[in-house]
Amino acid sequence: MLFNEPNPLEVRVLTKRMEYPQKDPIGIDEFLAKEGYAGFRKALGMAPEAIIDEVKKSNLRGRGGAGFPTGLKWGFVDRNSPKPKYIVVNADEGEPGTCKDRILMENDPHMLIEGCLIAGRAINAERGWIYIRGEYRYMIDILDKAIGEAYERGYLGENIQGSGWTFHLSTHTGAGSYECGEESALLESLEGKRGNPRLKPPFPATSGAFQCPTIVNNVETYCAVPWIILNGGEWYANLGTPRNGGTRLVCLSGHLNKPGVYEVPLGYNLKGLIEDFGGGVWKGRKLKAVIPGGSSSPILTADEIDIPADYDSLAKAGSMLGSGATMVLDETVDMVKLAHRIMKFYAHESCGWCIPCREGTAWLEKMLRRLDEGVGVTRDIDMVGQLSQSMLGRTFCALGDAAAMPTISIVEKFRHEFEAKLANAHVFVPAPETQPLVVL
Amino acid sequence: MPEMITFTLNGQEIKAPKGDLLIEAAKRAGVEIPAFCYYEGFSLQAACRMCLVEVEKMPKLQPGCTLPVAEGMVVHTESPKVVESRKSMLEFLLTNHPLDCPVCDKGGECELQDMTFRYGMGESRFTEIKYHENEKQWSPAVYYDPARCILCYRCIRVCDEGLGVGALGLTYRGVHAEITPSNGDHLQCDECGWCIDVCPVGALTSGTYRYKSRPWEMDHVGTICTHCSNGCKTTLSVRNGEIIRANNRDRSGINGEFLCVKGRFGFDFVHHAERLQTPLIRKEGQLVEASWKEALETVAAKFAEVKARGGKFGVVGSTRTTNEENYFLQKFAREGLGTANVDHHRTGDVATLLDALSGKTGALATIGDLYTAKAALVIGADLAQQHPLIAYQLRANHRHHQMALYTVTRGPVREDQYSRKALRAEPGAEMDAVETLREELAKHESLAVVFGPSVKGDAVRRLVAFCDSLGTKVQYVCLVDYSNSRGAMDMGLLPDLGPGYHAAAAAGMTLDGMLDDAALDVLWVVGANPLEKRGLASEGAFVVVQELFLTETAQRADVVFPAASAYEKNGTVTNACGEVQRLKAGPRIMGTKPDLEIMGLLAKEMGLNLGIWTNEKVFEEIRRMVRGYNVALPVIATGGAAQTMPVNGRVPAQAHPELIRSDGDTLFTSGSLGRYSKMLTSVMEAPGQLYEEKAAK
Repeated sequence: MLFNEPNPLEVRVLTKRMEYPQKDPIGIDEFLAKEGYAGFRKALGMAPEAIIDEVKKSNLRGRGGAGFPTGLKWGFVDRNSPKPKYIVVNADEGEPGTCKDRILMENDPHMLIEGCLIAGRAINAERGWIYIRGEYRYMIDILDKAIGEAYERGYLGENIQGSGWTFHLSTHTGAGSYECGEESALLESLEGKRGNPRLKPPFPATSGAFQCPTIVNNVETYCAVPWIILNGGEWYANLGTPRNGGTRLVCLSGHLNKPGVYEVPLGYNLKGLIEDFGGGVWKGRKLKAVIPGGSSSPILTADEIDIPADYDSLAKAGSMLGSGATMVLDETVDMVKLAHRIMKFYAHESCGWCIPCREGTAWLEKMLRRLDEGVGVTRDIDMVGQLSQSMLGRTFCALGDAAAMPTISIVEKFRHEFEAKLANAHVFVPAPETQPLVVL
Repeated sequence: MPEMITFTLNGQEIKAPKGDLLIEAAKRAGVEIPAFCYYEGFSLQAACRMCLVEVEKMPKLQPGCTLPVAEGMVVHTESPKVVESRKSMLEFLLTNHPLDCPVCDKGGECELQDMTFRYGMGESRFTEIKYHENEKQWSPAVYYDPARCILCYRCIRVCDEGLGVGALGLTYRGVHAEITPSNGDHLQCDECGWCIDVCPVGALTSGTYRYKSRPWEMDHVGTICTHCSNGCKTTLSVRNGEIIRANNRDRSGINGEFLCVKGRFGFDFVHHAERLQTPLIRKEGQLVEASWKEALETVAAKFAEVKARGGKFGVVGSTRTTNEENYFLQKFAREGLGTANVDHHRTGDVATLLDALSGKTGALATIGDLYTAKAALVIGADLAQQHPLIAYQLRANHRHHQMALYTVTRGPVREDQYSRKALRAEPGAEMDAVETLREELAKHESLAVVFGPSVKGDAVRRLVAFCDSLGTKVQYVCLVDYSNSRGAMDMGLLPDLGPGYHAAAAAGMTLDGMLDDAALDVLWVVGANPLEKRGLASEGAFVVVQELFLTETAQRADVVFPAASAYEKNGTVTNACGEVQRLKAGPRIMGTKPDLEIMGLLAKEMGLNLGIWTNEKVFEEIRRMVRGYNVALPVIATGGAAQTMPVNGRVPAQAHPELIRSDGDTLFTSGSLGRYSKMLTSVMEAPGQLYEEKAAK
């Protein structure tokens, strides 16, 4: 099901087959009729190195959030290793604000399967898993049905399309952990263990699922691959900007007139996204701030968004493209409350493995809650920044950074709101006959 | 020789093997990189982030516990960034950690305290409400306080990787994460208490020690555990002559990190209310308290009378008394009383092994050798239950060096978890199964063979012949039951063998013979309980017993001397691998005397000249007279272990395989002595004895 009417300005590559209103997932017949598995059939006739080359040329970068060049990642796998090789699809989609992978899987599940098949050919894999977040319970049926159809028609299983190659694919559920969207924690969860991240090195390309060479990529990343093979890497690269190839599904949400998921070329102006696609801020209100790429990304003020929305430009602006979850905030948003709400998420989701994230997010959540209630001293505002800096770069995995970065940016750019809250605070004045237990 | 590289540490050039962990290379260079979760010998975690250091050309601070050193690396461990990072980590840790120091057992030995003093901020900025969860009790010995836990995961790793028990895990997440025991709310495990020792803070505390003392109030005495034959060093913490606790805080023994439930908790028999503290003499059919003078005179008179008329003595030695005491006892019997009837409770066929090995050098394995052998063969033993240190060494060898293990046992044993082949065979019939492993075993460069008491007599010869034919370097461990079972044999507490396995001048009666002889005049039992399940044929025999408790044998005695336990005296003991180590006296129980002193006083009373009966003098004589015991004194005196090489030649002994009867103890039983340890009997969780041979009668 699609959330919103398509916008004519969209460049519909991945969403090409989808029609609004999309009532049911695209079944295999409709899929085949609309160039389905054509990219895969072409890939069958290519050498694995050639497949990877094409993906490298496309400048496709990981759509899960980190933006790592996909072709480069695939190139790290030793496809001649005696160990079995594996494909893992990261369908955890845990980053707050992100809702694009569900659009892809719900509506065009075979496209994901096709992407997995091509990736499998590239690294000589024998099996793949689609790790779906536990909350997407309904999605498993949709994907299982599509996988069943693919098996029936000989696109999965033994001797696929007479190529002699055997590849199996199945779904696997998560159980409600944001940390399991981190690739090594995902692999741990896939293996039936606690969702704690792993020491790196070794990286999954060397030692991934069950200690075998594995590639882990986001749903959207895999879905782009059939189009890249079909139409060529160069074509895909040219849709975007240098080193930021192709299109991406942007999840526009928040205080907009037309929130929704839109497929746009990389490099489209961020402000333009909000106005041309999102229809501008709702209710005639003013724009206050934008969270460009999921709650982990540093916040941008209204004057900072006149930049291309691609990985490099956003990084230069001190934020990140991330998962493409762009959240728009109008003038009524209480930034202190926002900072608390974001930190509450990370404190809840922290896996607890390492000291700074486990204790730091919990401490910051309590502190921000207190500041939101207006209880505190000015030093506390500085401490929020300082404690976040203490977490930054020191945690075992990126969740600590994901908690620290937005918090630092909110305090930096909206400090006056924190100060205002405290200015109106009540200070505890003990009655003469009682002694205060704690003096702050 | 590993490839060496040069790297810079705080401005100094250091050489280290390539690929070494930075934290280890720094330690060797004298620079401490603090860490909670890093624990040498166990899997890397990089969870506590205390070890973060600055490495030039790397953008983020790097954990020293997982970073391998490389050529040209430049490391700063005391730069302002690193100092600030450590302060932050400790500040984070202390947010929810309760300020329990005044009531926490760990105070004074707490790594968090130490780290905070050295690396922490002076002041805490945390003003929120701490997350709290109540303390829980997981077993009689183990308490867990989630609020104090810093989640370093050492306890999980030592239990899982170290022991293969895996009784601890982790549940929940974030600040709510806590260590959880195997059965949800209680533990089902070996109760070794290692988790308590390894915990850097007071999250895991001992149920028997809690609230009793502060570590600086106690004397810590490193001695050798008096239970099984593995020879672990245990540190007794003694205050005012009483053992308050025992643990392995001193890791310098041959057991290194390891200590089992007996070593850690099995000391409480020392202060049992039923300890004998005065001599007893049987008067009018009842045992009554008497003075030392009277008791000694009575026994001396009786011994002299029996000796004068050529009567029959029977002398039964102990598997737990010291080498000095064993040596002196057989000397007393042979030279003093003129009898060859000396024996003890035999639990392993060492004599046949030594005979079969004659002509070979270096054929006996030490505890250390078990860690370096390329392969190991375990026959007829449930190591995890009966010889936990040996089990630990083999497992560590496998973990670190991928040692190949082969087991031949009567039923499932824990070693099956990682043995390449786990064969089943009934006790006494193991050799057929062993010989099927010929091809496998011959592949390895070196092999350690550990065999239990069911391999005895001809089976031992067959084993040695088989191993000879493999063309591999083989070393053996003949398992025996108790802390000085091996010493009892080495010192000649046998009717046909004198000290050092020389032939005795005349062959005497065996233990069974003494108990069955209706004409026995005197039975002298030192630290043994032969009448536990058997009767004494000679109703008129005069029985003298030196014991800690009124055991079954003591109850039959005519005179009982209150003896000191191994924890209350000095002297040396020899473990199953032949390693001799010294005991160090901890507590003193009023009224008791060490067995050596009792025998010495008796000799004096009888006017016998058997030499000066101090530990030092007797050990001097042992070093001179007993083959293989010419060990370096400084090693022993400083608490080390020296391997004895008893004999490299034929052993002129009569084979008595039927006399070799192991008690088949488990982790929670320890012969007669174990019955008096409330701690051992209260946590008994053994799955059942796999190996136990009792007397036929």
